[in-house]
Amino acid sequence: MKIVLEHLTKRFPNRNKKVREDVIAVNDFSFEIPDGQLIGLLGPSGCGKSTTLNLICGLETPSSGKIYFGQDDVTNLPPENRGVGFVFQNYALYPHLTVLENILFPLQNLKGQNRPSKEDMLRRATEAAKLVRIDSLLERRPSELSGGQQQRVAIARALVKMPRVLLLDEPLSNLDARLRLQTREEIRRIQRETKITTVFVTHDQEEAMSISDLIVVMKDGVVQQIGKPQDVYDDPVNLFVSKFLGTPPINVFAGRVRGGQLLLGDDAVLPAPGIPDQEVWAGIRPEGFVPDANGALQCDLIQVEVMGRDTSVVCRHGACEQAIRAIVASEARPNAGETKVRFALKPNKVHLFAKATEARLSA
Amino acid sequence: MKRNWKGWLYLLPAMLFLGFFMVYPLIDVLIYSFEEGYNSASQTYFGVGLYNYSYVLHDPYFLQAVKNTFLLVIITVPLSTGLALLISLGLNSIKPLRNLFQTVYFLPYVTNTLAVGLVFMILFKKTAYTDGMINLLIHAFGGQSVDFIDGPYWAKMFVMSLYTIWVVMPFKILILTSALASVNPDYYRAARVDATPKVRIFTRITLPMISPMIFYLVITGFIGAFKAYSDEVALFGTNLNAAGMNTIVGYVYDMLYGDSGGYPSYASAAALILFAIVLTITCVNLLASKRRPQT
Ligand SMILES: Nc1ncnc2c1ncn2[C@@H]1O[C@H](COP(=O)(O)OP(=O)(O)OP(=O)(O)O)[C@@H](O)[C@H]1O
Ligand SMILES: [Mg+2]
Repeated sequence: MKIVLEHLTKRFPNRNKKVREDVIAVNDFSFEIPDGQLIGLLGPSGCGKSTTLNLICGLETPSSGKIYFGQDDVTNLPPENRGVGFVFQNYALYPHLTVLENILFPLQNLKGQNRPSKEDMLRRATEAAKLVRIDSLLERRPSELSGGQQQRVAIARALVKMPRVLLLDEPLSNLDARLRLQTREEIRRIQRETKITTVFVTHDQEEAMSISDLIVVMKDGVVQQIGKPQDVYDDPVNLFVSKFLGTPPINVFAGRVRGGQLLLGDDAVLPAPGIPDQEVWAGIRPEGFVPDANGALQCDLIQVEVMGRDTSVVCRHGACEQAIRAIVASEARPNAGETKVRFALKPNKVHLFAKATEARLSA
Repeated sequence: MKRNWKGWLYLLPAMLFLGFFMVYPLIDVLIYSFEEGYNSASQTYFGVGLYNYSYVLHDPYFLQAVKNTFLLVIITVPLSTGLALLISLGLNSIKPLRNLFQTVYFLPYVTNTLAVGLVFMILFKKTAYTDGMINLLIHAFGGQSVDFIDGPYWAKMFVMSLYTIWVVMPFKILILTSALASVNPDYYRAARVDATPKVRIFTRITLPMISPMIFYLVITGFIGAFKAYSDEVALFGTNLNAAGMNTIVGYVYDMLYGDSGGYPSYASAAALILFAIVLTITCVNLLASKRRPQT
C-alpha cells in the first residue's frame, strides 16, 4: 500500500494569548511513500514527527491537504476505518491483560463478516507472537516483561490485524543502547518479512539511517530533505540536514569563497569551482580530514583519542567556533605531543552552504 | 538491636496516642459488653456473661435498627457508586463547563449535612399547611400525596436512601473523576486505532483501570453506611426509635444518652456487634477484590 501525502498541513490554535499565530506543527508536507518500504521520519524534538504520524493514522485531522492510501482518499476517515497499526512511544499495552489478550484485543474488535472464529483469532495471535519472538511469554502481563519484550508485544498487537500501514512513534526511545540496536534490527526484519509499508519516527539519526529505505528530515514542521540515507548524508541540501546527520557531527567553519578557492581563515584549502565569491559555511565531515604534512589546513592539536580501528583527533581552528573532531585511520594519527596538525581535505566530504540562507552551494 | 530500639522510640508518640485514644477505649468497650447489670452511678455489676448481647439481640428496636441499616447499605452503596461513575464519565467527556459542573457536584460535600437534611425535610414533609414541594410535584403528575417524613416505612426509607446517596456522591465523584482523568490517554488512542467499540472500551479498558478506586469506594461506602446516624437525625429528629428509622449507631447512642439512656453495657454490646458486621463485610469485600478475575 503506497501512502500519498498531499500538501499536508496541521495547525494548532496557540494557547498563548499574546501570540496570535497558530502553531504550525506540519507545514505543506507532500510525499509519496512507496509500497512496502520503511520510512524513517527524522528530526529534532517538536518538529512535527508525531503530528505527521497522527495525521497518517487519523488521530488528528489535517487543517488542509489530503492523504491517500493507495487510491483511497482517507483524509476524513476516522482511525478505526483506516486499517493502520500503531506502536506508541510508551507502547500503551493494557496492563491488566496478558500478552495474549493484548494481541487478541484488535481481533476481538472486528465485527460481522470480518470477525474471525475463536480458533482463527488464536492462530493469528500466535503467529504474530512468533513473528516478534515472544510466543513463550503469552501468559505474562506487560509489567512482567522487559522493555524490549513489551515493545515487541506492541508490534505484534499492531500487526495482528494485518494493517495496511504500520506506524511506529519513537518505539526505541525507552530502551538501553544494546537493546535498541537489537530491536531496530528486529523491526527491520519484521518489516521485510511482512512487507507492510512502515513509517518509523525517531530523533536518533543513526537509528533512522541504519534501518530505513528512505529518510525524511524535518525541521519546524517543514520537510527539509527526503532520500536514501546515504544520499542524504552525502548530499545534504542545507546546513541543518548536514548537521543533523552523522556522528560525530559535521564540523562547521565560517569561510569564504574567493576566485574559485575556499578560504578558511587565511588558508586556501580547496578549489571551489563555479561558486561566486561570497561568505559561506563550510561543513567538513569528520572523515573528510586526512593528516598530511603538506596539507592546506593547519589546526592546533588538543587531544588524540584512540578508538581502536580509527582515531579521533580533536583540534581547533580560528574559523570554527567549536572544537573540530576528525576521524582518521589509526596509522596516520599525529603524535600526541605535537601542538600543530595539518590536514588535506577530501573534496566530497566538504559541503558549502550560503551564509544567509544556509542552502547548499554547488557548482 | 540498637537500631531497633531507636525505631520504637520514634513510634512511641503515635503509639501512646493510639493506645490511649483507640486501644484502651476498645478494650473498655469489650469489658463493658460482658459486665451484666452494670450500674454507671455506682460503677458496680452483678456478673460476667453474654446477657447484654442476648438482650440487645432480642430488643425489637435493635432489630429494627439492624434492618434499617442493612437496607440503607444495600440500597445506597451500589446506587451511589453507580451514579457517581455515570456522572464522572459524563464530566470526563465534556470539555466546556466541566469545572463548573465539578464544583456544583462537589457542593454537598462542603455543606453541613444537618442543614441540608433540614432542606430535604422541608422538601418532603407534609404539614397541615402545605404538602411540601415533592408532593406538589407528585400531584402535578396526577399522583397521590405521601408523607415522606411521618408516613409509611417505604417512603421514609426512600427519603433516607435518597438523602444518603446525595450526601455521599460528591466524594465518590471527586475520586472517580480523578481516577478517570489519570488513565493514560494513549490507551484510548490505541483502542481507537484498533476500532474498539465504545462499550468495549468502557468494560475492558476504563473499568479495569479504575477498579482499584471503585473497590476503595465500595469498601469505604459500606463502612460509612453502616455507621450512618446523623443524617437520620437531620431528617427524622432525635427520636429515631419512634420514627422506626433508627440505625445501629443511633441505637448505641440512644442506649448511652437517649431517653432510655444510661445503659453502657447494652451500648457496648451493640457497638461490638456492629464492629463484627463491618469487619466481616470488609473482609469479604477485600477478598472479592483480590479474587476478581483480571480480565
Ligand atoms: N495538541 C496540540 N496543541 C497545540 N500544539 C501542539 C499539539 N500537539 C503538538 N503541538 C505542537 O506541534 C509541534 C510538533 O509537535 P510533535 O508532537 O509533532 O513533535 P515531535 O516531532 O513528535 O517531537 P518529539 O520528538 O519531542 O516527540 C510542537 O511545537 C508542539 O508544541
Ligand atoms: Mg513525538
